[in-house]
Amino acid sequence: MRPARAETKGRRMATEAQGADSGGLLFHPMDQFIVRPLFGDGAVGLFTLTNVTLWMAIAVAAVFALLVLGTSKRAIVPGRTQSIAELAYDFVRKMVEDVAGKDALPFFPYIMTLFMFIVFANFLGLLPMAFTTTSHLAVTVVLALLVFVTVTVLGFVRHGAGFLGLFWITAAPLPLRPILALIEVISYFVRPVSHSVRLMGNMMAGHAVIKVFAAFAPMIALSVGVGILVTPLSILAISAVYALEVLVAFIQAYVFTILTCVYLRDALHPHH
Amino acid sequence: MATETHEATSACVNSSGNAVGMPQLCGDWFGNQIFWLAIALVVLYFILSRIALPRIAAVLAERQGTITNDLAAAEDLKARATEAEEAYKQALADAKAEAQKIIAETKASIKEDLDRANEEADTKIKAKTAEGEKKIAEIREGALDAVKEVAKDVTAELVASMGQKADGRSVSAAVNARMKG
Repeated sequence: MRPARAETKGRRMATEAQGADSGGLLFHPMDQFIVRPLFGDGAVGLFTLTNVTLWMAIAVAAVFALLVLGTSKRAIVPGRTQSIAELAYDFVRKMVEDVAGKDALPFFPYIMTLFMFIVFANFLGLLPMAFTTTSHLAVTVVLALLVFVTVTVLGFVRHGAGFLGLFWITAAPLPLRPILALIEVISYFVRPVSHSVRLMGNMMAGHAVIKVFAAFAPMIALSVGVGILVTPLSILAISAVYALEVLVAFIQAYVFTILTCVYLRDALHPHH
Repeated sequence: MATETHEATSACVNSSGNAVGMPQLCGDWFGNQIFWLAIALVVLYFILSRIALPRIAAVLAERQGTITNDLAAAEDLKARATEAEEAYKQALADAKAEAQKIIAETKASIKEDLDRANEEADTKIKAKTAEGEKKIAEIREGALDAVKEVAKDVTAELVASMGQKADGRSVSAAVNARMKG
């Protein structure tokens, strides 16, 4: 099923690009998301060192460099790196405190971990030739499910059956409550889906669009007449989308984190 | 470019090494991604919770402490400055009062001296005046006697020149009577 579809797709692109193999335009916007082994060409097993491993390691190393090496002086008057580390610390801590409340502070390291990992994975993915780990469903689903499971377990541990009060809206008129409860339950279980797909979709879409424009960029080499217009436009478009992606990279990390805080608040204070 | 001899190692990659459909949906790679994600998250969590976050928290707390201490020290210094100013003002006021006192005292003593001197001068002047008056009275007395003498002599001479012998006693009686009148 899949190879057949790919072949038709390939043919279509080939005709569009006047022969993909003979130096024409190459449209492979999704190739950047392929998981490859770092060494050799073998299959990707569970423990294979892959580009996923590499870029996650780089993200962890970057966070380590910023938050550990950057603060190694423990200066009272901070330097540049230490300022950024403190800024990140304050940013997430304030978010946890403001959104989820003071009693959510024990979860601060956990939320900080999520935020730093996502923000670094997002930004590292913007480097040319990089692999964006957060553009993968498997990654974001795990992140979202971690939050979902943590929050649900925490809710029941803290409040027992009282946590179900989250779905029973006492502010609404009694006849409406069962209907609202149904809606609330559905929305509760949709949370991890939207939580993960939002991040993955945002990360994937922009990168794919950049690749599509990048495929148009060498048009001038094929036909000067068309290329004189298409090539500068596509380069402009790449820059514009890239700028947007820089914004999105941060915003999506922020959104993921703040939603985590919101869910955490629901678990700690289920009564609206 | 993917090598042409590349054998498809996954259902998600075709023979020329290009992605088939969305690589995100390729089940072959899920395990690998989840495995490495779990390791990355655990490592990151331990780095943050064991090293980075306590350290940053300590730095921030220390800074807060330093700022609080500095503010307290500044407050203390300010209080001391106010105190010093207060003392200076007090000293100035004291000095002024002292000066006023000295001025008043000096004025009083000068006035006393002046009054005493005036009094002395007055008594001296009075004494001198009295003495003067006495002298004048004496001189006047002397002058009166001299006038009597002269008058008697002149009268005696006049009488003698008229050819009569002047009686000394009656002449002086007549002169005395005239003088009184």
